[in-house]
Amino acid sequence: MKLWSPSQKRREWLITLPSLAWLTVFFVIPTTIVLVLACKPADALGGVGAGWTLDNIRALGDAQYLPVVWRTLWIGAATSIICLVLALPSAYAIARANTVWRNTLLLLVIIPFWTSFLIRIFAWKSLLHPDGIIDRLLTSLHLVEEGAPLLYNSSAVLLVMVYTQLPFAILPLYAAAEKFDFTLLEAARDLGASKLRAFACVFIPGVSRGIGAAALMVFVAAIGMYVVPDIVGGTDSEMIGNKIAQRVQGDRNLPLASALATAMLAGVLFLLGIGWRINKSAEVQKS
Amino acid sequence: MKRSLLPGLVLAMVLVFFYAPIAVLVVNSFNASRFGGSWEGFTTKWYAMLWESDDIWDALFTSLKIAALASIAAMILGTLAALALHQFRSRWQRLHLAAITVPLVMPDILMGISLLLFFVAIGMQTGFTTIWIAHVTFCLSYVAMIVLARLQDFDFTLVDAARDLGASRWQTARLVLLPLLMPGIIAGGLLAFTLSIDDYIITFFVQGAGTTTLPLRVYSMIKTSRNMPVINALSSLMLAVTFIAVAISFRLTKRPIHK
Repeated sequence: MKLWSPSQKRREWLITLPSLAWLTVFFVIPTTIVLVLACKPADALGGVGAGWTLDNIRALGDAQYLPVVWRTLWIGAATSIICLVLALPSAYAIARANTVWRNTLLLLVIIPFWTSFLIRIFAWKSLLHPDGIIDRLLTSLHLVEEGAPLLYNSSAVLLVMVYTQLPFAILPLYAAAEKFDFTLLEAARDLGASKLRAFACVFIPGVSRGIGAAALMVFVAAIGMYVVPDIVGGTDSEMIGNKIAQRVQGDRNLPLASALATAMLAGVLFLLGIGWRINKSAEVQKS
Repeated sequence: MKRSLLPGLVLAMVLVFFYAPIAVLVVNSFNASRFGGSWEGFTTKWYAMLWESDDIWDALFTSLKIAALASIAAMILGTLAALALHQFRSRWQRLHLAAITVPLVMPDILMGISLLLFFVAIGMQTGFTTIWIAHVTFCLSYVAMIVLARLQDFDFTLVDAARDLGASRWQTARLVLLPLLMPGIIAGGLLAFTLSIDDYIITFFVQGAGTTTLPLRVYSMIKTSRNMPVINALSSLMLAVTFIAVAISFRLTKRPIHK
């Protein structure tokens, strides 16, 4: 590449420095501040006190936060599982469709990415609202009692969470399914496997990396979610994200908010580490 | 061999699940009923009310300004980053790549709180500038990734040819590289623009008095269930804009999503 040939080093820095410096100042340093602040005491004025303490980290284990941490994890896990169950057959169907259909179907899966996140959640809030269409319908069919709210509980959070995350599960699975050799399925069927068995024992292992990527993506996004539990959830469906926002905007306890953020960050980095390791070992096996 | 219909059926259900809530919302924006539980006649009064809501239009204007300024900065920084990542293979570039990819997977709320703590630590007043900085930070990575993907199938013999024909390095970059990369840069910029205009969480943390973006405005309306039909009308308009933007961006990239 002759464009950058002489004095390469200087040229490299000239084009690397702007973005690297920006991200160091506004991403790396701020993330470090969260970790540092998690070990600082809070003062009564909403600021940060002197000295060091582990009280904030310890507070995560008390009765106020531990259930929230557990809820965040199970909602994250449940969201990932439901998304995978729906996304696997969907990705399979898209990958097996003919070219014209395939592009249309893919576009239909991608468009939700482009539509406003808040609007999609709001759409569900008005659907599930006591005066909304679903509540009216279910009540008239006597499927739910009048006055039993569909909103402001963990089921509503889970439903909307799946709604927002499902496209993120379908796309990596489709990318894997597209590379899958579908004649293998026919071979399995010829050898006497049932349709379901061929799908479960041949297709699913064949797209296992896609499954890993999709599960990781959905789980990380779900445990970091704030907007969904805040809009369609109630006080007994709060997640770590809600607690972080409350500590920042409510009683302004920045160190405690940092400790909560650190716990979330640790979880995310741990999962990314696992994903990275699996990816790496898969590449080693290949070569 | 006959294929199972089940996967296709699941996919059809998933697509209905994706689009039914949006369709109900658009229909309800023309529904005279306040909560849209039943059809009470066609009306455009919610659009008229929306037209009168000055606070929403002010917020939209602020959002457009931030999105435009943030996507321009992200286009410049992201394109430089992509060029650097594509051309060089040093240890620093590995670090550079990590600094660009980690924000893509970081939950928004973590980026929001860390930026807020940073601005508090350096004593910077939160407001328009802090929102702009935050938006540039999360848009940069997306632009870099899109331009990088474009560079991967870029024909660099064109650059060599220009240099052989006597163009200076600067002329080559400006007259050959940049125009050929432009569709990728603009696609990245459009994505940055939509991400910026849609962001709620990060903006929520770094907002300051006097600067309200559209998502902040809409969020407080949703939260208090105030003027729900007006939000329906606003959402329908925004959906229309989104579909147009998607169409334009597909024209620009002119590449199917897969090869």
